[in-house]
Amino acid sequence: MFANLMAWFDARLPVTDAWNKHLAQYPAPKNFNFWYFFGSLAMLVLVNQIVTGIWLTMNYEPSGDGAFASVEYIMRDVDYGWLLRYMHSTGASAFFIVVYLHMYRGLMYGSYQKPRELLWIFGMLIYLVLMAEAFMGYLLPWGNMSFWGAQVIISLFGAIPVIGDDLTTWIRGDYVISGATLNRFFALHVIALPLVLVILVFLHILALHEVGSNNPEGTNIKKKKGSVPEEEKSKFTFHKAYTDKYDIVDAIPFHPYYSVKDIMGVVGFLILFCWVMFFAPEGGGYFLEAPNFTPANGLKTPEHIVPVWYFGPFYTILRVIPDKLLGMLGMFAAIGMLFALPWFDRGTVKSFKFRSKWHLFNLVQFTICFIVLGVLGTMPASELANLIGRIATLGYFGFFIALWFYSKNEQTKPVPERVSK
Amino acid sequence: MSNAPVNNGRRRFLTAATSVVGGVGVVGAAVPFIASWNPSAKAKAAGAPVEVNISKIATGQLIRAEYRGKPVYIVRRGKDIIDGLSGHDDLLRDPASEEAQQPSYATNPHRSINPEYLVAEGVCTHLGCAPTYQKGDFAEQVEGVDYGFFCPCHGSKFDMAGRVFAGVPAPLNLVVPEHSFPSEGTLLIGIGQGDA
Repeated sequence: MFANLMAWFDARLPVTDAWNKHLAQYPAPKNFNFWYFFGSLAMLVLVNQIVTGIWLTMNYEPSGDGAFASVEYIMRDVDYGWLLRYMHSTGASAFFIVVYLHMYRGLMYGSYQKPRELLWIFGMLIYLVLMAEAFMGYLLPWGNMSFWGAQVIISLFGAIPVIGDDLTTWIRGDYVISGATLNRFFALHVIALPLVLVILVFLHILALHEVGSNNPEGTNIKKKKGSVPEEEKSKFTFHKAYTDKYDIVDAIPFHPYYSVKDIMGVVGFLILFCWVMFFAPEGGGYFLEAPNFTPANGLKTPEHIVPVWYFGPFYTILRVIPDKLLGMLGMFAAIGMLFALPWFDRGTVKSFKFRSKWHLFNLVQFTICFIVLGVLGTMPASELANLIGRIATLGYFGFFIALWFYSKNEQTKPVPERVSK
Repeated sequence: MSNAPVNNGRRRFLTAATSVVGGVGVVGAAVPFIASWNPSAKAKAAGAPVEVNISKIATGQLIRAEYRGKPVYIVRRGKDIIDGLSGHDDLLRDPASEEAQQPSYATNPHRSINPEYLVAEGVCTHLGCAPTYQKGDFAEQVEGVDYGFFCPCHGSKFDMAGRVFAGVPAPLNLVVPEHSFPSEGTLLIGIGQGDA
């Protein structure tokens, strides 16, 4: 009965074939560690954001007069409204935690290197759209930090010569941030950007499955067809899309091996997620900032305008540069550098484990600088903070520049042919 | 399909011509989508000029008016403040107001029509926060200057003519909006002197 039903579908849509190609017979390196949880966790959080987001729109009112009150209404009067909202707001921060760790995994193990450049670019586009999505979403509760955060970021575009002022008016749809701005951000936040995000995630996975997953040792599990003796090949059945072209070694099918392992990651993640959601939904003022519990007021600036933590690093770069236009360019360049990472790295050894001491040092200093920039971004400006921020900014950009120089003729250790036992 | 001879040049021309016409169509169709993001007629009407009664402001007092959603600071400057304006030109980024942050009739040392009244948008030129008026205790920001504006966001400083001090993130002096005094004790923000 079921077989007949599947056969009926398979004759009309390649359901079984797609299931096998992308899950049950997809060859994944057998040595994934916990860093490989974060891709599937990002998908989980995306689903959480979409589902809770849809439910929130059922009671949210996108207007300058009604937005703040409708969020309070969701929190107080709608059954489980508080839970849906906290799932969404905690999910936003969780999304960035997971995505930052996912990106860092790629950085450590060289997953952006040839042939995975396009995969990395799709990932960066997802990150970029995610930042736009988060920024617009943060305006929607119409709290005072929502308002002033948007004010600061939109006025960045005013630094562009000639067209700046008209451009900011066009973005806002008013001479100030107003209900018009709120409404268009709502439309982009709930329809346009999620649509783009889902399409990009689809392309990201498609590109991943075309080139195959990297692994902590950066070895290649796809060997030249016919080069591997039969007994050395992976014993599992893989889809012919992979075995027709290559001999597969050291691989296991994604399903059930990694689907089960990822469930383990999901359990750990949900324990942490639920703890935050139930016991510290404001995230100590970092996930939901205190001034956002008062309504938007264009005549009263919060004492310290700081962005939500996940924008911290880029915000610090913006404000330590003592020129408005250069500051904005610096901030965008910081993201642009990440896009171009596959071309800054001229090396062919992927994992830091087999690369030089210079690379390890560079990676460590980059990590420290990024965290320092992030911490500074959530603190008020001061002379000392500016000085530290400038040093960290140099470290951030220095990572890419240094990488370009030493990666050409780097002293690397030999990469094993096979995943070590 | 018949295997009739193909005129490739003609085909290329037709493809190019179709693409160009289609492209023009796409650009034309984009116009309403892009233009709908401009301020609506309602938003434009709400941005109309604002009249403020200034007859009751005490010397040294600041009052706020709202024009196009932005706070406009109106300060009645006493003689000590006006005299103090010329004392710190060397600390300022643009002491002579060379950047066009004010109407031509306010391009003067006190950046106003009437030296007694400062009319400036209370919007920091760095990233749009509202600077705090420090009345008498501004010396903690700039030594020897008793009155000024301090932006709590990123530490930008302005003097009592809205002129920015050097070495702070804000690049420009505070904006002086178009304004005029249609009668004694009345300030009109949004319409410049001689325009009404």
